[in-house]
Amino acid sequence: MVSEKSNSGWYFLLAVLALYLIAYLFSSEKVFSSLDFFSALILKLLPIFVLIFALLAFANYFVKPKTLAAHMGHDSGLKGWSIAVLTGIISTGPIYMWYPLLNDMQRHGVRNGLLSAFLYARAVKVPLFPVLILYFGLTYTVLLSAAIIVAAPLQGMLTEKLMELFGNENSRIV
Amino acid sequence: MDYERLKISLVKAGRALWGTFPVLLGAILLIALADSFIPQELYASLFSGNPFIDPIVGSILGSIFAGNPSTSYILGGELVDSGVSLLAVTAFLVSWVTVGVVQFPAEALLLGKRFALSRNIAAFLFSIIVAIAVSSVVGAW
Repeated sequence: MVSEKSNSGWYFLLAVLALYLIAYLFSSEKVFSSLDFFSALILKLLPIFVLIFALLAFANYFVKPKTLAAHMGHDSGLKGWSIAVLTGIISTGPIYMWYPLLNDMQRHGVRNGLLSAFLYARAVKVPLFPVLILYFGLTYTVLLSAAIIVAAPLQGMLTEKLMELFGNENSRIV
Repeated sequence: MDYERLKISLVKAGRALWGTFPVLLGAILLIALADSFIPQELYASLFSGNPFIDPIVGSILGSIFAGNPSTSYILGGELVDSGVSLLAVTAFLVSWVTVGVVQFPAEALLLGKRFALSRNIAAFLFSIIVAIAVSSVVGAW
């Protein structure tokens, strides 16, 4: 396990900035286009940052680790899978915005399979149904969503099996 | 309301978010870079028409590219119109949202390398399984 004071995150950011410098040598125009895209994305994500902060504070204030482990721990059973899939479906924003909250939940004993199922169920994008229906039709949209909902817990279980296969070390920076 | 506990909760939430800040920033910067440097015309040219290889290609492409899911729906619709199989396009749509090669470093740093690797492999495999299931029912496979 990497220590809590690890600087890996900052090294990662520095590596990405170095990549930008290299990319700049090949095409400065595309790098500026990336930076435009980046600033637009940051503005779009600000409300989600606030939501995640509120959820983290709410979880810290109201939810005790023991309660969380009871509802989404190793013995949570069908209830745990259902919570993971339902919250995955209703969660909004990009996948990486949820990593801080999931990190917090993981440290408090939430089962890895449930975290994985949550992330998988996020593929059901209810607000985007009109776009999906427009391009692929209603039947396809219903079938795809149903298949993802059924697959989410199975994918979570496979994640746990693979984790067992890959050994015990699961280093993270915080 | 216990204000002392609320204060502690807010500080803890702030610290947790600050701890993940460089990783999130790096992930968003990477996604922005990928968006500008990978041409969208590349997608259709990579499908060969092989019913066994195309779903794998679809899953690989969906895993590599990142962005708003509505972009993947629009791209997927265009791919179907240009003759790519629904099986391959479904694998592409599902892996776009569930597998994250660009986000992998951030996921590994915050949730653990073993978790990120296992989850992404499982999601990749399930993008193909879901595609086969859906395409079989709609009669496209």
